Amino acid sequence: MTEIRDVPSPFCGMGTDDLTIEVNGQNVKVLSNGCAVNTPAFEHPITDIKPRIHGKEVSLDEAVAHAASLLKNTNFPVISGCATDVNGMRGLLALADRTGAVVDNANFNNARKNILALQDSGWMNTTLAEVKNRCDVLVVVGTDLESFAPRFFEKYLWNEAMFLENTSERDIIYLGTKPSGTASTSPSGKAAQVVECATENLPDVIAVLRALVKGQQILATSVAGILVSDLAAIAQKLKEAKYGVITWTAGALNYSHAELTVQTLCEMIKNLNETTRCSGFPLGGKEGDQTANQVCGWTSGYAARVSFAKGYPAYDPFLLDTHTLLENGEADALVWVQAFNANATPPKTSLPTIVVARSGMTFEKEPDVFIPVGTPGIDHTGHAYRLDNVVAIRLKKLRDSNLPSTATVLNAIEQHLREEVVC
Amino acid sequence: MLIKLTGGLVYDPASGVDGKQQDIYIQHGKIINKPIGEFQVDKEYDLKGKVVMSGAIDMHTHIGGGKGNIARMLLPEDHRLDPVAGNHICRSGCGHVAPSTFITGYRYAEMGYTAGFEPAVLPINARQAHMEMGDIPILDKGGYVMLGSDDYLLRMLTAKKDQKAINDYVAWTMNAAKAIGVKVVNPGGINAFKFNQRKLDLDEQNSHYGVTPRDILQVLATAVKEIGISKPLHVHGCNLGVPGNIETTLDTIQGIGGLPMHLTHIQFHSYGTEGDFKFSSGAAQIAEAVNKNKNITIDVGQILFGQTVTASGDNMRQHANNKFASPAKWVTMDIECDSGCGVVPFKYKDQNFVNALQWAIGLETFLLVDDPWRIFLTTDHPNGAPFTSYPHLIRLLMDRTFRNDVLSTLHPEAQKMTTLASIDREYTLQEIAIMTRAGAAKLIGLENRGGLSAGNWADITIYTDNADRQKMFEKPDYVFKDGELVVVDGKVVHTKWGTTHIVKPNFDAGVEKDLRTYFDKYLTMKLDNFKISDDEFTEDGRGHLTTHPLNSVA
Repeated sequence: MTEIRDVPSPFCGMGTDDLTIEVNGQNVKVLSNGCAVNTPAFEHPITDIKPRIHGKEVSLDEAVAHAASLLKNTNFPVISGCATDVNGMRGLLALADRTGAVVDNANFNNARKNILALQDSGWMNTTLAEVKNRCDVLVVVGTDLESFAPRFFEKYLWNEAMFLENTSERDIIYLGTKPSGTASTSPSGKAAQVVECATENLPDVIAVLRALVKGQQILATSVAGILVSDLAAIAQKLKEAKYGVITWTAGALNYSHAELTVQTLCEMIKNLNETTRCSGFPLGGKEGDQTANQVCGWTSGYAARVSFAKGYPAYDPFLLDTHTLLENGEADALVWVQAFNANATPPKTSLPTIVVARSGMTFEKEPDVFIPVGTPGIDHTGHAYRLDNVVAIRLKKLRDSNLPSTATVLNAIEQHLREEVVC
Repeated sequence: MLIKLTGGLVYDPASGVDGKQQDIYIQHGKIINKPIGEFQVDKEYDLKGKVVMSGAIDMHTHIGGGKGNIARMLLPEDHRLDPVAGNHICRSGCGHVAPSTFITGYRYAEMGYTAGFEPAVLPINARQAHMEMGDIPILDKGGYVMLGSDDYLLRMLTAKKDQKAINDYVAWTMNAAKAIGVKVVNPGGINAFKFNQRKLDLDEQNSHYGVTPRDILQVLATAVKEIGISKPLHVHGCNLGVPGNIETTLDTIQGIGGLPMHLTHIQFHSYGTEGDFKFSSGAAQIAEAVNKNKNITIDVGQILFGQTVTASGDNMRQHANNKFASPAKWVTMDIECDSGCGVVPFKYKDQNFVNALQWAIGLETFLLVDDPWRIFLTTDHPNGAPFTSYPHLIRLLMDRTFRNDVLSTLHPEAQKMTTLASIDREYTLQEIAIMTRAGAAKLIGLENRGGLSAGNWADITIYTDNADRQKMFEKPDYVFKDGELVVVDGKVVHTKWGTTHIVKPNFDAGVEKDLRTYFDKYLTMKLDNFKISDDEFTEDGRGHLTTHPLNSVA
């Protein structure tokens, strides 16, 4: 039995790296600093250790060869999920380049809301340590922060900070969704201000808030049930803040064209920076989301939704959605990569399907090939990106499971196809 | 395998060889002396009439790290104009202003470059910089770690820690981030921007720390020297792009008191305020100061006309310039009590007075600095122009007629404000070889690179002499990397992985005591998880590290 300290987590997106974990053979137990997101993800047991072809256990070599044979004559395979570490994504992109595949990151329909705003007008963002040490006013838009990151307040807000005398006096303002618990109440008892509205009304509310920040006159007295005077008070607080931060999870903005809301927030932040400092802080990055976007970004030029079918990378954030390609009958094979979450199963399809995923994934319909792989940060070392896209954490190997890494498997399939081309 | 390169005209400034016909022998990746006695050549290349230089080294190019990836993600429309298909040798990707990593490696190699150095590695983002560079094929790479706006250093200065403590911190950071140099960007200014300061002159205090850019430059330049780093402190000065910043730059040179210092992309820091438009060239004064002060080296950061994207750690200045973004979108970030970044797409126009004069200021600087060992050919890729424009830039330097022809097409008021037309100098092949090879290797402190004598790694570029220098330099006949033929007729024929160049300066292990407390209290990562380990380079079987010697420290 060994106890490992300072373990980084690839699961929560926050890059939390203070977990203490006990390893007993193949069993992993979080001893301290776990949370509702990280603890079950670390403790998920290994069940499958052997690859399968049509449900029958085979060797890794046989599974790799069969996967290569399924991909060999495809015209438009889709590699989806993309939940793995940096080396796994490197292997995935090499395979996509080799097979002319589409690469589609699992949560891109959410990430797209941010990426489209970035690509249209840009933003002024910040990172976790700046929030921790500087943020005096935090506005949480449409998001239940403590269910997204259970330890966010404890770790990053109710602490000692370099530039705030009393962090308990930070202003927390919820706009839209109210918090599910009391994590946002400071140790000294200061509660968050909650200004509620239905999530789908946020576009109107944020538009009014931005207009108020810009000093424009609003004739209406209320918007979506919120008094304009209440929004004016928030605008004033942001203007008076030394270092305001506005945070949201794109996934929670669950309505059409939420990218326009993100854009309005980002433009409002730019407006605020004409006189003071304020930054955006988009939350996300669970299970390798940012890792996939980053590696795809430097390899292809585009964060996600890239087709290599023409021999070069082509980007379309809408048409290259896995579900669209499967439903329209455009794709002719599916590779599902999910090294973090055994419950994130591939979409239903009758196409040849290769699943490279965390041990223990169960299927309604057994895929043609299933290769259980190690989880980065548990079964092998690796790198994962945190939500703010700046910090890559070094993942540790905690146990000897002998499960191959995603990179090993995808590189082997790619190698198989490469040899066939050369021969 | 013994390779012989026969009869080429060798330009090897590192050995003082200036266009002399010489044979070169290569074995086990390195250049060797002609073997003694009987020997068999396995492969011979007839290079009669060809020009032979060592592989070029770009000592300042933004090829790895977060701001580059932001630039990529920001500009899908630029990638779409330059899609690059893969083949059985090369991966696919995109090119132009923010090329993908693989295409970066291929295109550099196809111009005869065999190494590139990322000048702005944020300590907290160093992993990303190395991972991106780890996906750049063929080239060797390395990075200068950025300090000077990090709260830890500023706290040390406020607490009046002694130089020895600062030396330990700098050396520790270089080891942790796997760097070969140290850079400072808008010294303290990125930090001051977080406190809502919008400019920071050389003697202006950070409103929180009371520390000035001059203080920061002094302690960092001293630290770099005292811990034995060959590469002088790499300085992106105050007031980038501000008319009148020539005074700051001259003051920076004087103020450093003879310590080794490299002023990067100095073109952006050489502006006066004369003339009808209150914008003028300070190149002559800068060149005079550089010529006089032997402790100073510079690279130019030449601008060339067309679309590009500016990506900098200097978010204070990038934010100030956001109204010039073209297309109109831009990003800034504050980063981890460490630094920041700003990405602003930009289009330099030859009929714009300011842009045209910036072009002329860069060229004046090149032509007025006497010593090619102390000036380096850069566009600050991609900030002044993408690196793929280097052959064009070389022609501008080597061909006075061509240069003046281009000048005559620019904004007429800019033509009146430059002395360029009166400068006769044309760079020689040897001077180009100094700036882009021997000088760069010497500056960075690369052992066994940048030269063609025995013992050097066989990074070799062979060109066909051509009076059109752009044509000559954009399409080498052959490029060897570590003795392997990687490019023929300007196209990649074989790929391999280069090394990462680093130094490992010594430090007192006690430095971690205060750092650990600081990390635990204020940062969001554990100190031990912050430090980059060697196996992070080697575990995928591609990368490796090359550690270079330190200067002996008195």
